[in-house]
Amino acid sequence: MKKLLPFLKPYIKECILGPLFKLLEASFELFVPLVVAAVIDEGIAYADKAVIWKMCGVLVLLGLIGMVCSITAQFFSAKAAVGFATRIRQALFAHIQTLSFGALDKIGTFTLITRLTSDVNQVQSGLNLTLRLLLRSPFVVFGAMIMAFTIDVPSALIFAVTIPILCVIVFGIMLVSMPLYKKVQAQLDKVLGATRESLTGSRFIRAFRMEEDAQETFDARNESLTALQRYVGRISALMNPITYIIINIAVIVLIHTGAIRVETGIITQGALVALYNYMSQILVELVKMANMIIQLTKAAACAKRIGDVLDTAPGQTFPDADATQDNNAPAVEFRHVSLRYGGAGDESLTDIDFSVPAGSTVGIIGGTGSGKSSLVSLIPRFYDATAGAVLVNGVNVQEYTADTLRGKIGYVLQKALLFHGTIRDNLRWGNPEASDEELLEAASLAQAGDIVAKKGLDHMIEQEGRNLSGGQRQRLTIARALVRKPEILIFDDSASALDLATDAALRRAIGQISYHPTVFIVSQRTSSLRHADQILVLDDGVLVGKGTHDELLASCEIYREIHQSQTGERSGKGGNS
Amino acid sequence: MAAKKKLDKNTIREVLRYIRRYRFLLVLSLLAAFVSAVLSLYIPILVGRAIDCAVGAGTVDMDSIIAYLVKIALCTALIALSQWTMTTFHNRITFQVIRDIRHEAFEKISTLPLSFIDSHSHGEIVSRVIADADAFGDGLLMGFSNLFTGVVTILGTLIFMLTIHPLITLVVVVLTPLSLFVASFIAKHTHDMFKKQSETRGELTAFINDVISGQNVVSAFGREDAMIEEFSEINDRLEKYALRATFFSSITNPSTRFVNNMVYAAVCLTGALTVLSGGMTVGGLTSFLSYANQYTKPFNEISGVITELQNALACAARVFDLIRQPGEPDDPENAVVLTDVAGDVTIDDVSFSYVPEKPLICHFNLHVRQGMRVAIVGPTGCGKTTLINLLMRFYDVNSGDISLDGQSVFAATRHSLRENIGMVLQDTWLLDGTVRDNIAMGRDATDEEIIAAAKAAHAHSFIKRLPEGYNTVIGEDKGGLSQGQRQLISIARIMLKVPPMLILDEATSSIDTRTEMKIQEAFARMMEGRTSFIVAHRLSTVRETDMILVMRDGSVVETGTHDELVEKGGFYASLWNSQFAV
Repeated sequence: MKKLLPFLKPYIKECILGPLFKLLEASFELFVPLVVAAVIDEGIAYADKAVIWKMCGVLVLLGLIGMVCSITAQFFSAKAAVGFATRIRQALFAHIQTLSFGALDKIGTFTLITRLTSDVNQVQSGLNLTLRLLLRSPFVVFGAMIMAFTIDVPSALIFAVTIPILCVIVFGIMLVSMPLYKKVQAQLDKVLGATRESLTGSRFIRAFRMEEDAQETFDARNESLTALQRYVGRISALMNPITYIIINIAVIVLIHTGAIRVETGIITQGALVALYNYMSQILVELVKMANMIIQLTKAAACAKRIGDVLDTAPGQTFPDADATQDNNAPAVEFRHVSLRYGGAGDESLTDIDFSVPAGSTVGIIGGTGSGKSSLVSLIPRFYDATAGAVLVNGVNVQEYTADTLRGKIGYVLQKALLFHGTIRDNLRWGNPEASDEELLEAASLAQAGDIVAKKGLDHMIEQEGRNLSGGQRQRLTIARALVRKPEILIFDDSASALDLATDAALRRAIGQISYHPTVFIVSQRTSSLRHADQILVLDDGVLVGKGTHDELLASCEIYREIHQSQTGERSGKGGNS
Repeated sequence: MAAKKKLDKNTIREVLRYIRRYRFLLVLSLLAAFVSAVLSLYIPILVGRAIDCAVGAGTVDMDSIIAYLVKIALCTALIALSQWTMTTFHNRITFQVIRDIRHEAFEKISTLPLSFIDSHSHGEIVSRVIADADAFGDGLLMGFSNLFTGVVTILGTLIFMLTIHPLITLVVVVLTPLSLFVASFIAKHTHDMFKKQSETRGELTAFINDVISGQNVVSAFGREDAMIEEFSEINDRLEKYALRATFFSSITNPSTRFVNNMVYAAVCLTGALTVLSGGMTVGGLTSFLSYANQYTKPFNEISGVITELQNALACAARVFDLIRQPGEPDDPENAVVLTDVAGDVTIDDVSFSYVPEKPLICHFNLHVRQGMRVAIVGPTGCGKTTLINLLMRFYDVNSGDISLDGQSVFAATRHSLRENIGMVLQDTWLLDGTVRDNIAMGRDATDEEIIAAAKAAHAHSFIKRLPEGYNTVIGEDKGGLSQGQRQLISIARIMLKVPPMLILDEATSSIDTRTEMKIQEAFARMMEGRTSFIVAHRLSTVRETDMILVMRDGSVVETGTHDELVEKGGFYASLWNSQFAV
């Protein structure tokens, strides 16, 4: 919560003026009974119509002033709340942009989205409510109590006893039921899980005839949700009757003592009526306060979640200026590099050592989870090596600014992600200054020339590229990487969505690029790598083979097995099928 | 507009159908609401009378006061009891109605045709079952209790006021609707601002979704600053609309309160003048003023409740729309239960398309003899999985017939058909449960059988290393299994009890080729003597099948064995050669 206070600073004026006008409004409201009393005591008692007209005019005036104050208060609190939320959202988004991949993995994407959207909205309405009510309700409650004391101290003591008891009960029931509401939410998540499962697994559930099992699971979860809701419902259903009983007991006691005191002449009948009215007012405000506090706890929880993200250290720092690079050094060099992801027990990469001359092509192959993607993700510093050093042009990647390092690299991910916008917008990610000719050239290199020719550069791509097929998306992401004419080009298993013919054509085109980038190709297919200058074979994070296709066939057992499994060229026992 | 009204009517009828089961509870809770509302109005009168007995020093009628106080105590007890009854019963009705609705919605999901599930966003269907049902329940709960109590309070106050002075009552009755008018006037004019606010919010959420789920791409291209700038533009627009929407909607409350204050002043004026002319007592005026306050309050609440109820009905309509969806057609009467299938498949003149305008499979014929291995190959998106959809009857053909051992599958039960076909799909799917549950998939199996199946699928060694072995809880979003490991588990499912026919769809695409090789041996054993359909990207894996169907753009363009097709030099041959091309 403290973390968010600075965002409120530009709105200090609004935060003071809002509640102030609200208090003004409440005070004017407190005048109303006095005016009515004047109507009765002066107007009716002396049959003075002029006074009655005048006082009713005052009532209208009070109403008018009250409305003006109230609207002014609403304006200031709305302005503060909306502005506060806007600033938080901006800061949160900007902060997320600075987080390293390690930090992002740890927090999780979905929760970041919730925090940026619904959590910030909760905080906004929380602040709005606070500015409007937080001062008002206690003001009325304690104001009423103080007024009672000015009328008659012994009767007012009944207030002094009742208010704490009411507070204890209202907040006690809230404290008991709030954790239960959390449980209800958790159980609802389980019902949601079962529903989602039945949709994503519809084919499997039907193929394995699990319809009845699924229904049973769902019904059981649904039933416990209902039971839990009813239990919480029973507890919170106590709130109204109990507060009602207490207030009315207080009223009975008040009238009884009051009557005795009227009998002895200490207070008047009018005073007794006033005391009774104040008691009713207190009940109304307490109920409002309880509702507000529920809202506020929610908002505070959301504020804490936002604060947590803002507190997360970026995880990586980049220097302000680049170190001088050595153009004669290898384009990329790994010196005894190891990588362990945050929170993971085992190393994902162990003691990787190799160097790549500029302009050559490197293939990386290995089994599922052998660390191929981890290896290439170290080059643009998506993650930092836990041991050893990664060098680009003879300089440790940690000594480059982010712009310089990532500007050298064109990276194509396995998951083909495009963004909402035209094809031109998406391709220009690679280079904001690229001309249409350059975009078309990159597209045709990426075998995406036909897509662009057919749809045009102005074709709108929907969110997540939904209106394109997987292969089309993949080719456009390749084009996007080529637009920047990178020194280093990395294909992280990105050809798997392409059919073999396109894959081959793509590799031919890359080989003919005039500026000769250094190319890394991660693949599961030996056929995609066989013409690489150097192939790295990974097994469980360890580099088990390094060499050309032919060398590896001769020397590396694992490479040979992989190759044979894909071509069927083997003499051993058993066929493929 | 008329259509919408009709829709609302249908929805209300549907809601009543669910509530009818609990009508006894409903009557009781309405009764309780009535009692509590009327007695709550009666208490101020009792208080007033008690106070009237304490006019001044030495004249206090203590006995009467105590009699009134006892009455107040009794009323309080009754009100508290009926309030509690009302809330508890309302809770019960609401929660059980939601439970019933969810139950039916889920039941429907299990029988919905796959075409519906494939063409609708899962998130959207889930939100109907979860969020919409919840919102409906909240509205129902709020709506019923507040609406009914509000109406009773208004009527009660009206009667009490009429007994005091009819003419001043008229003043209240005529002026009060003003606040409703003001409220609806503001609501109408803020509607546009709310619409703009929610549109911009939606735009911002979509943008956030895009950027954060693609954060690695954003970083790789160094686009962080550009993203922040774009975000800032939308965010600023949102600020503008949000401020307008928040502020103008928050005018409602002060405005209606102002109208109420005017009513109060009017009552005060007319009341005081009436007292002067001797038409009413001062006590009467005091009661009148407090009733004037009470009378206007429910009006403001009711206008809120009506919006709430409208929203609830809209949510209910979405859930009911799901429940009313037609399910898969029932199995025909006297449907055959397929047992001991040999696996002779005949596809006879089958035509099929997902959308009527785009014919996909036209007049397709195929005969697969028992025990044959059929490979289906072709470039991405050529319709390979369509054949599987038809064989499993996830989708039904538009015309033609598919028969199994000479028996039309459309005259057989879906359950028995699917039981005879084992399926491993490219998209793995894990049940939220233990590894054991995921392999057993609802079938009875001993631990030994499950372990044997896992071993056959080469999944045993990694399962053993999981924190709790076969009892480790896994699921779509937990367990941290790699795509390859998930695929191994789906293979183990089939290995547990091998059905007479098999469908393997890209079954090993995420497994590294060395493990795949080992699994292929297990598959080979499994396929021995069983009719199998294999979909694969890697042509090497389909080389030794008995028949290859080559698909392109939804239709089968070539059939034959590997050697025949290579020799023919057609589409298959070009695919085959391209994998060796540079």
